[in-house]
Amino acid sequence: MILDFQTLKSQAKGIQKDNFKKAKIAILGNYATQFISKSIGYSGLTHSIEFEIYNAEYDQIEPEIFDQNSGLYNFSPDFVFITISSLKLQDKFYSLSAEEKTHYTRNYIANLTNLINVLDSRLKTKIIINNLEILNDQVFGNIYSKIDLSFAGNIYNLNYELLRLARSFDNLYLFDINGLIQYYGARNIRDWGQYVNADLHYSLDFHAVISEKLVTFIAAFLGAIKKCLIIDLDNTIWGGVIGDDGLQGIEIGSLGVGKSYTELQKWIKQLKERGIIIAVCSKNTEAIAKEPFEKHPEMVLRLDDIAVFVANWENKADNIRAIQQILNIGFDSMVFLDDNPAERAIISQNLPAVSVPELPDDPALYLDYLKSLNLFETASFSTGDKDRTKQYQQEAERQKLQFSLTNIEDYLKSLQMQIVLEPFNPLDIPRIAQLTQRSNQFNLRTVRYSESEIKDIGTDPGYFTCSIKLKDKFGDYGLISVLILKKLNDEELFIDTWVMSCRVLKRGVESSVVNYCVDLAKHNGFKQLVGEFIPTAKNDLVRDHYLNLGFTNHNGLWYLDTQNFKPLVHYIN
Amino acid sequence: MDVLKDVNAIFRDVLENDDLVITRETTSADVEEWDSLNHIQLVVSIEKHFKLKFTANEIRNWKNVGEMCDAISLKLNV
Repeated sequence: MILDFQTLKSQAKGIQKDNFKKAKIAILGNYATQFISKSIGYSGLTHSIEFEIYNAEYDQIEPEIFDQNSGLYNFSPDFVFITISSLKLQDKFYSLSAEEKTHYTRNYIANLTNLINVLDSRLKTKIIINNLEILNDQVFGNIYSKIDLSFAGNIYNLNYELLRLARSFDNLYLFDINGLIQYYGARNIRDWGQYVNADLHYSLDFHAVISEKLVTFIAAFLGAIKKCLIIDLDNTIWGGVIGDDGLQGIEIGSLGVGKSYTELQKWIKQLKERGIIIAVCSKNTEAIAKEPFEKHPEMVLRLDDIAVFVANWENKADNIRAIQQILNIGFDSMVFLDDNPAERAIISQNLPAVSVPELPDDPALYLDYLKSLNLFETASFSTGDKDRTKQYQQEAERQKLQFSLTNIEDYLKSLQMQIVLEPFNPLDIPRIAQLTQRSNQFNLRTVRYSESEIKDIGTDPGYFTCSIKLKDKFGDYGLISVLILKKLNDEELFIDTWVMSCRVLKRGVESSVVNYCVDLAKHNGFKQLVGEFIPTAKNDLVRDHYLNLGFTNHNGLWYLDTQNFKPLVHYIN
Repeated sequence: MDVLKDVNAIFRDVLENDDLVITRETTSADVEEWDSLNHIQLVVSIEKHFKLKFTANEIRNWKNVGEMCDAISLKLNV
């Protein structure tokens, strides 16, 4: 169902702006963008973002970007959305000579590359541009592919070139408007009467569809991402009840409507490989619930895909709380999938931050519905994401060990931890940027950095950088913490950024890091290490971080004297 | 059906003015919030409410609320 503009508008109207994120976005279009601007404002509010919006005048993309004194540069946005309507391109294309048409894609991309270059060099901003609506004008019918005078052929070429362009600029992202048009249907995105009368390039309601998707993407840059999918089992990822129907009776693969469940499992497996943590929460006897994962030949998901497996007869809200404890991530980064409306209601009531999709009754519709929700939007990807499941499984093992050892020192010693602290390594930049973007809880100042910013800081003589990798006898955590230290003056070194993955809390990593930083500071002649805690809705965990590490508070900042510092005790080698 | 009454309710909703009273003689010059952007939203809301679709020409030629209501009634009676 298309979300309509008027509904979005009224939803946005009543919202209280408590603890909202703030962001500045500039909108440049080759068509009238008043409605897309309004709609982005409304969608922002429904996603807890208060946007400050700069809407450029009609068809002013080039002047805004080339003129150094334009409104765009005065506004200094965090995001620039460049929106291009294919209808407008088509209009201009038709006015070209045959000779010009032949060179259309090449010239267009050369011009756009130049524009992006200028914008990217002048503004530290994320540039988001929509891919171009596939529009077959039916002038050359289906021989469009053979003819470079064909507008339809040129649109396909342009989209390929745009993809290449997005790969060559770190800060350029390609918004998939074609995916949206395909989902909603090309016939539903336009109001030709309004196009003729008011030059409205998309129907009023389709503006709301675009803004919802765009704002979900932008929210991911601001840290709102889903990290974990918790799945029920019976009638959610297979048909039937394993405890009643048995291994041969559940519907998966070729049995009954098993195809619905198989395809859902395949999709979940892809998400897992992208780095989404998969957990199971099922009312079952554990051994019986695990049987299909171990023995059913047509199961796609296997036990090693599942980071945390909880099957018991307790209340699911408590079980999800237990899963949250192990994973140490926010409830708002979790999605819970269950066919049973009663279970869904319990979670929605008790853990309102958890996303709970209202699955349709027919399992054949599960996957299409889930895809339409756009739950797993993300702003970054690093190859380390793929190994996360293993790390969480190891965490579950460690927690078991923790119960069997009574004193914490013995436990920490038994882990045989090894740490590597080093300045930013170019290979680690994607992961470092990702940590600054994703960490909400252990994050002292919550400053987000893009990959290109991290790259710059790494080579800036005004900064010291430190990335921290940890492993223990159960496995490798990879890069788990990042520090950016800024020279304030000859005596003071300021901790601009300190983020850490919550998976390695209470291991002594912080002590080891402070020892390292003090050494570094002393070595370079600094007398004070200066820290700051900026509270957010999520980082209460580190409220007393500097106090616990022996810093003293003075006028809101935390100071550590490097001269009289006694190294902190820890059990990491 | 009292078309004018329904249209009035839509105007109040879209223009976010709960006290707005329109008559057949009202034009966009009489209502502060009735600008070209809001006009588009009004037309879309009216089309949805009455489950009908105006032609480009119809939208263009209305001079006041009365003509708007007549176009709606005409379509509803066909």
